[in-house]
Amino acid sequence: MKRLLTALHLFAFTALAYAGPAIEATEKQATNWHAIGMFMVFVALTMGITYWAAGRTKSTADFYTAGGGITGFQNGLAIAGDYMSAATLLGLTAMTYTQGYDAYIYMLAFFVGWPVILFLMAERLRNLGKFTFADITSYRLDQGKVRTMAAVSSLTVVCFYLIAQMVGAGNLIKLMFGIPYELAVVIVGCVMLLYVLFGGMIATTWVQIIKAGLLLMGATLLALVVLSKFGWSPLALFDAAREKYGDATLAPGKLVSNPLEAVSLGIALMFGTAGLPHILMRFYTVKDAKTARKSVFYATGLIGFFYLVTFILGFGASVLVGRGAITAIDKGGNMAAPALAEVLGGNSFLGFISAVAFATILAVVAGLTLSGAAALSHDLWTHVVKKGNCPEKEQLSVARKATVGLAILAILLGIIFKGQNVAFMVGLAFAIAASANFPALVLSMMWRGFTTRGAVASMVTGTVSAITLIVLSPTVMVDLLGAKESISPLKNPGIITVPLSFLVGILVSLWKPEPAAQEGYSGAEQRMTLGPSAVEAMEEKHS
Amino acid sequence: MYERMRANPKFQLLVARRSRYAWLLSFTVLIVFYGFVMTVAFNPQAIGQPVSEGSMWTRGIVFGLFIFVSFWILTALYVRRANGEFDALTQEIVQEAWKGNK
Repeated sequence: MKRLLTALHLFAFTALAYAGPAIEATEKQATNWHAIGMFMVFVALTMGITYWAAGRTKSTADFYTAGGGITGFQNGLAIAGDYMSAATLLGLTAMTYTQGYDAYIYMLAFFVGWPVILFLMAERLRNLGKFTFADITSYRLDQGKVRTMAAVSSLTVVCFYLIAQMVGAGNLIKLMFGIPYELAVVIVGCVMLLYVLFGGMIATTWVQIIKAGLLLMGATLLALVVLSKFGWSPLALFDAAREKYGDATLAPGKLVSNPLEAVSLGIALMFGTAGLPHILMRFYTVKDAKTARKSVFYATGLIGFFYLVTFILGFGASVLVGRGAITAIDKGGNMAAPALAEVLGGNSFLGFISAVAFATILAVVAGLTLSGAAALSHDLWTHVVKKGNCPEKEQLSVARKATVGLAILAILLGIIFKGQNVAFMVGLAFAIAASANFPALVLSMMWRGFTTRGAVASMVTGTVSAITLIVLSPTVMVDLLGAKESISPLKNPGIITVPLSFLVGILVSLWKPEPAAQEGYSGAEQRMTLGPSAVEAMEEKHS
Repeated sequence: MYERMRANPKFQLLVARRSRYAWLLSFTVLIVFYGFVMTVAFNPQAIGQPVSEGSMWTRGIVFGLFIFVSFWILTALYVRRANGEFDALTQEIVQEAWKGNK
C-alpha cells in the first residue's frame, strides 16, 4: 500500500508523461529483437512515404500544411494520432492500472476539449488562418508584436512538450528495446528530422495516420484479448478488479480529492488542448471549413474510443498481471501495457506494442517540430523580420533550417534532461497553451474590442503566470526539489492563470482602444464566417 | 463585393444562428463535464455506487460512458447543421453578392 501511495504521489501529473524517477531506476532490458524488427519495418515504410512526399513538397503551403490536400477522415486520424501520444497509451494505461477509476477522470478531461474546439474554433481557424494560429491572433492587430509573442509562447509550449517526449522516448526505448538512452534519443531526433525536413507536412501527416492506425489496432486487439478472458464483458473485468483491490478502485481517489484542484485540472486539459500549436496547425491541412469540421468529428470519435480501450487495458493489466508485478519493474507502472501484451501474447505481441509506442513518439515529435519550425520561419522570419516581403524560396529554406535547428535542440534537450523527472513539463506545456494561447485566440476571434496591447499583455501574463505557479507548485517544489511545503498549493494552475489571462487581455484592451483593430474586425468576422474558399470558388467559376 | 456580403441581412442571420448554436452546445458540454467534476470532488462516494441495487454498472462508469458517447453525438449534430444549413446560407450570401456586383 505504501508503495502504491508513493507511486500515486509521483504520478501527480504524469498521466500525460511516462517519464519520471521511476523509469531511470530501471535496469536496461535485454535487446528485444521482435520489437526492433517491427520498428524497422515501420521506419522503412515511413521513409518510403517521406521519399514520395519529398517529391510533392515544393511550396511553403506543401511544407506547412500539405497544400490543404488532406481529406476529412485522413485529418481526423492524423489529429487523433497527434493527440494520442505514447504518453496516452502507456501513461493512462499505467494510471488505470495503479489507480483504477481516477484515470477515467483524466481521460474525460482530455476528451472534452474536442467538442469545444469544434464548436468555437475549428472553422474560424480554417477560414482565417494560413499556417499558424498566430495568423488568427494577429489578423487585424499589429503583426510584429502579436506574432512575436505568439511565436514565443508557441515555442515555449513546443520545447516543454519536446523535453517530455524526448526524455520519455529515451527511457522507454532503453526499457523496451534494450538500447542505450543517448542512442535512443539520437535515433528519434534523426528519423523525425528526415520526415519533416524532406517530407514536410505531407510525410508528417501520413506518419501520423499510419501510427494512429497501428496504435488503434494494437490497443484494440489487446483489449479484445483481455475481454475474451472475462466472457467479453467489461463489467466482469471491473468486478474482478474490485474483488482484487477493493471498492476504491472503482471510485475517485486522492487525485481529485480537492475540488479546486479538480476544476483546475479540467480547465488546463480542456483549454490546453485548444491551445496546442501542433494540434491547431492540423486544421490548415484540409481544404475548407466543411472538411475541418468533419475531421474534428472523426478525431473526437477515435480519441474517445481509444480512451475506453486504454481503460480496459489498465484494468486488464491490474487483474491479469497484478499490480505488484509491474510496479516492481517500474514504479510508475508505465510498462503496464507492454507487460499485459507479453502475458497475453508472448514476445511477439510485446514487440508489436513496443514498436507502436516507439512509432508514436516519433510521429508526435515530428508534429511538434513542424509546428515549432512554422513559428520560427512563418511567424518570426517571414512576418516579423521580413515584414511579409519574403520570397517563397527563402521561406522554405528558412523553414528547413529551423527544422534542423529544432531537431538538434530536441536531441540536446533529451540528453541534458536525462535522468530528470520531466513529467511535470507536459503539464506545464498544457498550462501555457491554456493560459497564453487560448485566451488570446478566443478574444481575437470573438471580440471586436481586442487590441494589440491586450493580446501581448494576455499572452505574457499567461506564459509567466503558468510557469511561475508550476515552479511554485507541490509538483516541483515538494516532489522535485524536496521542500517540505510549496508556496502555491495548486498542482494545476489553470483555475488562476486562464481567467487571469482573459482578464488582463480585456482590461488592457478597454484601457486604450485601438480603432484600426476594431475596423478590421468586420472583415475578419466575415472571413471567419464565410471563408475564403466560397468567395474564391465563385470568382473562379465566373472568370 | 465584400461590403455587399456583410450588408446582406442573411449574413447577420448566419452569424447569429451559428454562434447561438455553437455556444448552446459549448455550454452543454461545459455544464455536463464540470457537473461531473464537481460530483467527483464533493461526493466521490456517489461515483463508486452501482446505478441500481445489485447492478454491476457503477454510476461513475456509466456517466463517463454517457459523456464519451453523447459529446461525440453533439459533434455529429454540429457538423450536420453547419455543413448543411449554414454552408447553404453561406453559398446564398456569396452568390447574391456576386450577382449584385454585376
